Amino acid sequence: MLLDQSIHQISTLLRQKNLSSVELVTEAYQTIKEINPQINAFITLVEQNLALKQARNVDQNRVKFTSPLAGIPYLLKDSYVTQSLRTTAASAVLQNFIPPYSATVYHRLEDSGAILIGKMNMDAWGHGGSTENTDFKPTKNPYELSRVAGGSSGGPAAALACRLAAFAIGEDTGGSIRNPAAWTNTTGLKVTYGRVSRYGCIAYASSFDTVGPMAKTAADCALVLKAIAGQDPYDATSAVQPVPDYYQKLTQSLKGKTIGIPTDLYGDGLDEPIKTAILKQKKVFQALGLKLVELKMPLLRYGLAVYYLIGLSETSSNLARYDGLRFGQDRHFFTTETMRRIMIGTYALSAGYYDAYYRQAQKGRTLLIREYDQAFTHCDVLLMPVNPISPPKFGELIADPLTNIMADIYTVTQNPVGLPSLAVPCGFTPNQLPIGLQLVGQLFAEDLLLAIGHQYQQVTTWHLQKPQLL
Amino acid sequence: MKTYLPIIGLEIHVELRTKSKMFCGCPADHFGKEPNTQTCPVCLGLPGALPVPNQQAIIWTLMIGQAFNATLNLESKFDRKHYFYPDLPKGYQISQYDEPLCSGGVVTLPEGVISLTRIHLEEDTGKLQHTTLNGQPVSLVDFNRSGVPLVEIVSEPQIHSAATAKTYAQTIRQIIHFLGVSDCDMEKGSMRLEANISLMSINPGSKPQTDPGFIRLPQYKVEVKNINSFRFLEKAINAEIQRQTAILDRGQLPRQETRGFTEVTGTTKSQRSKEAAKDYRYFPEPDIPPLKFTPSQFKTLIPQLPLMPQAYLDLFIKTYDLRPDYAQTLTASPKLAAKSLAAFILAQKQGLDPAALANLMINQKAITVKLSPSALVNLLQSKIKTSQPQSKTTTLMPLVREVLKQNPDLVTKYHQGKVSVIGALIGAVKKLSPSPVDPQTVQQLLTQALAQK
Repeated sequence: MLLDQSIHQISTLLRQKNLSSVELVTEAYQTIKEINPQINAFITLVEQNLALKQARNVDQNRVKFTSPLAGIPYLLKDSYVTQSLRTTAASAVLQNFIPPYSATVYHRLEDSGAILIGKMNMDAWGHGGSTENTDFKPTKNPYELSRVAGGSSGGPAAALACRLAAFAIGEDTGGSIRNPAAWTNTTGLKVTYGRVSRYGCIAYASSFDTVGPMAKTAADCALVLKAIAGQDPYDATSAVQPVPDYYQKLTQSLKGKTIGIPTDLYGDGLDEPIKTAILKQKKVFQALGLKLVELKMPLLRYGLAVYYLIGLSETSSNLARYDGLRFGQDRHFFTTETMRRIMIGTYALSAGYYDAYYRQAQKGRTLLIREYDQAFTHCDVLLMPVNPISPPKFGELIADPLTNIMADIYTVTQNPVGLPSLAVPCGFTPNQLPIGLQLVGQLFAEDLLLAIGHQYQQVTTWHLQKPQLL
Repeated sequence: MKTYLPIIGLEIHVELRTKSKMFCGCPADHFGKEPNTQTCPVCLGLPGALPVPNQQAIIWTLMIGQAFNATLNLESKFDRKHYFYPDLPKGYQISQYDEPLCSGGVVTLPEGVISLTRIHLEEDTGKLQHTTLNGQPVSLVDFNRSGVPLVEIVSEPQIHSAATAKTYAQTIRQIIHFLGVSDCDMEKGSMRLEANISLMSINPGSKPQTDPGFIRLPQYKVEVKNINSFRFLEKAINAEIQRQTAILDRGQLPRQETRGFTEVTGTTKSQRSKEAAKDYRYFPEPDIPPLKFTPSQFKTLIPQLPLMPQAYLDLFIKTYDLRPDYAQTLTASPKLAAKSLAAFILAQKQGLDPAALANLMINQKAITVKLSPSALVNLLQSKIKTSQPQSKTTTLMPLVREVLKQNPDLVTKYHQGKVSVIGALIGAVKKLSPSPVDPQTVQQLLTQALAQK
């Protein structure tokens, strides 16, 4: 398959005219036709003619496009508004919503010549970790169709595993990029808060939401991040920090860099095969020149409470506008899970409870920041599990809201702090289900995370494996 | 019978006349525009849209704070205030809760000094229009006003009469008008008034303790909204004092509630009681980073304040020897005040008396508006050359006194507050005078003479 190749390889072929964007897009639509009915990764598929028209334009005006993403088909999680193209956030509330404007991330990719071919399935509003809380039927895990693909960015992750496009833009509020990446054997980067503009990203929890790349490899993520990162006058929380050339920095020397292993994250609750698979990678990292140090991060156990109180408070506020008066359908169309989250958040912000919940959670957030600061005095990056369990069967998570929440335990502490984290494939369970690990870095250390991920993927082959579906 | 001391606090909203709205690039000037033509994803609260604060609006709010001697806070932030209403597209208003841009401040009135609680910045809402469409009663929303910068000035409950409340509001309006940051036009809704009113029982005979430090506020508070003019503010407060007095006299406690003023009846009507009080669920606006300033940033960011009305008054009266009432008249608007000052400076340079120029400007208002300062000075110069030895005032004053003597009943009515009788008195002077008279001059002389009576 053409789309087995890296973005760099494809881009080189396109530039040398050994491959056309039309061929690439045609292959993508062909695979989608065969595979998507089995996994249900799409909410809205862009009309093939429209995508081909763009492909022809890039092919004919090759010299005008300098970006390596030019002519390359990609996917957006359906949480990004796209002008004149239906955007639902996977909720029936926005079932027929056609936005009058586009997200900044869409504009940046459009400018670089990338070709959008689909709006992808997710947990409605980002509320979930399995893409079961969707009003457009769950996305299935390509490695075993009776299991979930993870979430909330389950649609893009499953699609990338099946090579339905070269990359995708996910959105991570508490693991929404990393969790499905780990469960579908793909690579996903949760960026530093503010690194990529959120303008046009339908908000789940505004102070946690991040816009990041999902792809087959860390190197592909580096190319995408370069195109989408940077300050945006439309997002007051976007960062002024300059955007480095992440791709060039992939080969930076890792000598002298230290990986910290918080041993308290490898105890109870973590499935044995996942634990074993991740800890086995220590040797690989050492071989790359990295040092290892064990440490403890006991305060991370408050992460779930902090995340769910602040996140749900914010979501109860962000979803207030969906009253069905001006656009969309009325609030009866929210799912039970979303209603539960709105109610918990409303409660936490209510007079008399604010001090006990929201304010306490903000204090907890400060403690998490200190805990990470402290850890980073011993190391440069932290090696953590992504998921405590392998992708469960349909219904297992959603039937039990508490288990559903526990599944996020390793991915919710980074967002309140704003830290970047890269999820990469690192093995398979005895049942051939994918396992991922995450590397958590300091603020704006995406370049280091991507370099470690890339050099790791140069000496491992997990990320090259594909589901048998293909 | 018990007596009561009114405890009144005012909340004044002022729309800033910035070029663009508070959190987006849409034009802020919305008055009289075709509905929903000045909107964008941000002020319509569309999915994914984000607010970016307007720097000019922040600076102007700080300017207002400086004009009232408020403390400009080094740290400030925006908060979300939640409630559902069709004119509020996001389901929350971006406002400021516990860290406003400015804290404290004072407003100096002839009656004394009123302290301010705070001055904060927020966004305006859209506007509902209840109308008929194809024979059906409908409610329409116009979002042109949605997101226009709105400054709220909150006073301490230190006002004790409707008249003082009115003076306070007028003074605020005048100062903001002089700052040039708002039209302060009540008819256009760019200035809105709300009053919080309650009554405190006072033991007969004892001197009312009005020092704010010693006042124990009453257990209730009535908020009156929908006040569209200074006159209505006075009326609404008096109506409310009357209503609450009657309730307290019966030995009951007025309900804590929000009431609306009805112009037609001149009374207030209950809108919302305490039981239905809203829980706004304030929390820090996560889409806007907290604002942090240094004292030196305040210095560079905030432009030097223009001359304030009081400064003009002082100059006009002390430096240029104007009559206080003339000085007042000439500081009615920032434009007129600035023009007068320029004219006085020029007059003095040419050896002319600024007070004489002021007389001319007041007597010939229609001309004053049109002429430049230098043209005004020229006019004065030409008048002096052709002037008669006797001024109008000295010839008219005896006539005025004669008319007052002849109409004792009208004089009594005037002193009872029926100032409209002055029309009849002017007519009488006209009749008595052998030559045509300027009614405005006559009115001034009458007012002067009546004040001496």
